[in-house]
Amino acid sequence: MAEMRVNLCGIDILNPVIPASGTFGYGYEYADLYDINCLGAFSFKGTTKEPRFGNPTPRIAECTAGMINSVGLQNPGVDRVISEELPKLARCFDKKVMANVSGFSIEDYTYTCERLDKCEQVGWLEVNISCPNVHGGGMSFGTSPECAAQVTKAVKAVTAKPVIIKLTPNVTDIVSIARACEDAGADGVSLINTMLGMRINLKTRKPVVANTMGGFSGSAIFPVAVRMVYQVAKAVKIPVVGMGGVACAEDVIEMMLAGATAVEVGAQNLINPYACRDIIEDLPRVMQKLGIDSLSEIIGGCK
Amino acid sequence: MKQSDFKIIKNTPLTRDVYEMTLEGDTSAITAAGQFVNIKIDGLYLRRPISVCDAESDRLIIIYKVVGKGTRIMSELGEGVSLDILTGLGNGYDLDKSGDKPLLIGGGVGVPPLYNLAKRLIAQGKNASVILGFNTEAEIFYAQQFKALGCDVTVTTADGSYGVKGFVTDAMDKDYSYIYTCGPEPMLKAVYARCNSGGQFSFEERMGCGFGACMGCSCKTVTGCKRICKDGPVLGKEEILWQK
Repeated sequence: MAEMRVNLCGIDILNPVIPASGTFGYGYEYADLYDINCLGAFSFKGTTKEPRFGNPTPRIAECTAGMINSVGLQNPGVDRVISEELPKLARCFDKKVMANVSGFSIEDYTYTCERLDKCEQVGWLEVNISCPNVHGGGMSFGTSPECAAQVTKAVKAVTAKPVIIKLTPNVTDIVSIARACEDAGADGVSLINTMLGMRINLKTRKPVVANTMGGFSGSAIFPVAVRMVYQVAKAVKIPVVGMGGVACAEDVIEMMLAGATAVEVGAQNLINPYACRDIIEDLPRVMQKLGIDSLSEIIGGCK
Repeated sequence: MKQSDFKIIKNTPLTRDVYEMTLEGDTSAITAAGQFVNIKIDGLYLRRPISVCDAESDRLIIIYKVVGKGTRIMSELGEGVSLDILTGLGNGYDLDKSGDKPLLIGGGVGVPPLYNLAKRLIAQGKNASVILGFNTEAEIFYAQQFKALGCDVTVTTADGSYGVKGFVTDAMDKDYSYIYTCGPEPMLKAVYARCNSGGQFSFEERMGCGFGACMGCSCKTVTGCKRICKDGPVLGKEEILWQK
């Protein structure tokens, strides 16, 4: 029998498949379609201290084998997530959820994480450090090892839950940032967030998304993600959650061979709402074909 | 919402760049006029959201204008081709508020969703009038089909080549109990300004998923953030906040 269980930062999960933040809402849109308890976990919509509407529309652009989004962290704010979204989620998901947190200052991160730390449903805190630091000239926290370490330390100080730092690929050296997070006490890292991209409408000569640029995701970025997961997994001892363009069971295996302990699926959920369920159902077949008895044994198995 | 395969029965042009596609498949998830479907097209990443013109038993009719790569590919698909479609998306129009004399106002490719709406209103014994707005005579479609349903139909053309010269608002001098409308945003705005009853307005926005997960198509309303794909595309007149 194919053993799909993995252990992510001390928590056993059924399988390594985790819908990525921003593509799965707070779960219940998908719970109308299938029993989401088949998932290893899922990472909920990026949550901030205050409610956010996000960026103006259009926020979406089609690309070859991918898409650009500039949603801009639309969410109801952590207090309403805890009082409204999590109780709704509890009715359709009985496992630990990964709380995805964003902030624009260190205080934002600690405020949000402190509150989510008290939620029984939350298994892990996935801390998105791709947002601009309003006190740091607008540079993303995730583009400097010092800032990344600062966020990690601050968040670790307010929570007992495992902290996974979500890294941006829009940097010169992602390995140095991953190491800085590990040294600052991170329990894991997840990568890659979207790549900064842009499209221009040829007729109007204006950018397709109102915010000019946005995050590029989808199948097209898969090779970049595999490369970065491979480099980071070689350099750190903490678990790596791999993501970026994962679309099928074979992609999950490839991410794990590159060094991922668990694998997030993002944009694919938007084009096939059953993507995660389909991948989980297909994994045993692919494992058998490849002679894999247990997924946890192939983590970092690339020769 | 339902994901299923549909087979193309017919795919023919109604005008130079507006096509009518008839498909065969499971339409059971389509529960209201004004809902839309989201179509997977080979070679493209995101699905293409298209409003439902009519759905009955196993037949689905959509009308689309060729405006880009996706709709270009759609226009070239032949009979028998199978398409992966998400159906039953969006809220659709609420018929209960129509009163006895609802006025339906459509502009360009905003016309199609009003067809099934008119059909449903007439089936309820309502006296439905329709104003269909186009730029020019060559772009007119479906006026006959609305007449065949038993609607009182007024056509406007911006250049005056057919019917009332001007915009749909130039034909709004009639007695109506309620307004249902779909069309380009400037038209919706003009109808909103002239409308002296309650009404429902169907909006368009670029979408990621089409089923409420990605927040790609959010808009601000009087009652808070709404997703055009899930909480819309139809908004009540009293909810609308004009942004742009």
